Amino acid sequence: MPSTRERRFMQGNEAVLEGALAAGSRFFAGYPITPSSEIAQAASVRLPALGGTYLQMEDELASMAAVVGAALAGEKSFTATSGPGVSLMQENLGVAIMAEVPCVVVDVQRSGPSTGLATKPAQADTMQARWGSHGDHSAIVLAPSSVQECFDLTVRAFNLAEQYRHPVYLLSDEIVGHMRESVTLPEADEVDIITRRKPDVDPADYRPHDWESDGVTPPLAPFGSEYIYHANSSMHDDTGFPNADPENARRVISHLHDKIEKAVDDIADYELVGPEDPDVIIVTYGCTARTAEQLVLDQPVNGCRVSLLVMRSLWPFPDAAFAEIRAGGIPVVVAEMNLGQMVREVSRVMGPDYPCHSLTKSNGIPISPREMAAFIEEEVL
Amino acid sequence: MKALAPYLKSEDLPLFWCAGCGNGIILASILRTFSALELAPKDIVVSTGIGCWGKADDYLKTNSIHGTHGRALPFATGIKAANDDLTVLALMGDGDCATIGGNHFLHAARRNIDVTAIVSNNFNYGMTGGQYSATTPPHSYTSTSVYGNPEGVFDLCEVGQAAGATFVARGTVYHANQLEPLITDAVRHRGFSLVEVFSSCPVYFGRYNERPSPVEMMKYWQSRAVPVQRYRKMDEDSRADRVPIGVFHRDDRPDFNTRYRDIRARARERMEGRG
Repeated sequence: MPSTRERRFMQGNEAVLEGALAAGSRFFAGYPITPSSEIAQAASVRLPALGGTYLQMEDELASMAAVVGAALAGEKSFTATSGPGVSLMQENLGVAIMAEVPCVVVDVQRSGPSTGLATKPAQADTMQARWGSHGDHSAIVLAPSSVQECFDLTVRAFNLAEQYRHPVYLLSDEIVGHMRESVTLPEADEVDIITRRKPDVDPADYRPHDWESDGVTPPLAPFGSEYIYHANSSMHDDTGFPNADPENARRVISHLHDKIEKAVDDIADYELVGPEDPDVIIVTYGCTARTAEQLVLDQPVNGCRVSLLVMRSLWPFPDAAFAEIRAGGIPVVVAEMNLGQMVREVSRVMGPDYPCHSLTKSNGIPISPREMAAFIEEEVL
Repeated sequence: MKALAPYLKSEDLPLFWCAGCGNGIILASILRTFSALELAPKDIVVSTGIGCWGKADDYLKTNSIHGTHGRALPFATGIKAANDDLTVLALMGDGDCATIGGNHFLHAARRNIDVTAIVSNNFNYGMTGGQYSATTPPHSYTSTSVYGNPEGVFDLCEVGQAAGATFVARGTVYHANQLEPLITDAVRHRGFSLVEVFSSCPVYFGRYNERPSPVEMMKYWQSRAVPVQRYRKMDEDSRADRVPIGVFHRDDRPDFNTRYRDIRARARERMEGRG
């Protein structure tokens, strides 16, 4: 019913907040940081009016802890930050991983390392989002490249968090976050939302981490219900109480990893944009996908047909997306605003002899279509 | 003991803490508070830090989040802000509260979130082998201050009160009978409340500081602690080597959730005004 939809002109960061609200989130805890602050500001305006909560914590360690705490109390909770904040959040993001607490972390990336270029874009948290927290774990990371995707993928991030009981990253960047575009906001009943399941067993039999008996994600009871339980950052068994038995540890660590990695086909989201029989494919995501679009519009580029593989989910890495490309032997260029993070994964899938080129830029300035065209001419053709 | 059964995972007894550790006394006092206030275990959330005292939730049949070192308060803050009906306690050691989590302690107090912090202060990091913390007295000996502690201390009660805690109290594990009433008052109090408990760690702190036995640690608090009313009347000389115990401060400044309810009402009015 497109006629009932609301068409609005807004910023990527605003669309993230709209997506969070549409997904049913009513709890934000965070600490201001450029270039994500508009999300916190919008949350502070909208959430209390909806009966929700905006908590401005003393730092990002506390923000992530409060997000996890609120999720355990039954809220769909989230935070928004940038690279330096994500670094601080890794500690309690680990708690969300270990205790299997659904929540969403929005990282509007800026240029680093450290304080870096605080107002300039980058895509250099690609690996931090995957590997940042210590210990073996997996990651679900979505990357919007438009304001519409800021809305759509935020909704999906909340859904995946609930589905897998795992913290989910929305890996935005300064350009996408501050870009203004028209978006279509669906009616509430048009948004597919995964609501947290409530346990229905006898309270004495409730096991918060009982994956095997259930087959799907075990329900997470909100604190305060009849289902009393322990959320535990220490190694625990299905009861949530500590268990240091090596076989239990192996099972839990494998489970935390496998529940995401084995769901890659469900989580994977990518799209081939442009001609179906290109001479070169640019693999890209986030803001770089937008500048790369110009090459598709400008076809042919230096006499060759260019398509894009736009990745909307980065982790778990969608190996299957590259299988078909590999079979066709079409050269790929991995374009990203860092010194070559995602290209490592693409190269791993493609193999050592495949023509897989790395186009990187890490100075706070986006990769222009002209630079991409020149790179193709010099390195690929 | 029977009255404590709904809260205590008695099948896991005995407690894993060392002989002479004060944590069992504090834990029992907390259970007595739950019983005295007739709280349902489902309505209680205990947020623990990391360290010896951080293991307290292992013995509890209430809800709990065992999170990260120093962050018990921000987890508790998120929980309480999300569900005001819950009774939320944060159990922290001196490493958790005064040292790595000092910033969170200041801000939980300033925010006046309705959480009860129960700090087991044993003046060192017991779990990691007895290193000095932010409450280790100057010149005392620990495994990382074998020549004497070069640093100064936080008086957690003074810091908490200065930061805005609306209920501040201190007890010791020797004065065990006074702990339950202090903790009960703290849990009843609407707003951020702190109960600091001077505990005993004969195994790591005591043995380096001339109190190597549980009895000596207890006698130390017996001889040093003075009710705060009396302490306040003492002159400076008599105060030396004495520590006040009891309720130091309470006020009825509205807690965060009460204030935030007003914010929600104001936000709703503003939104409706816009049409």
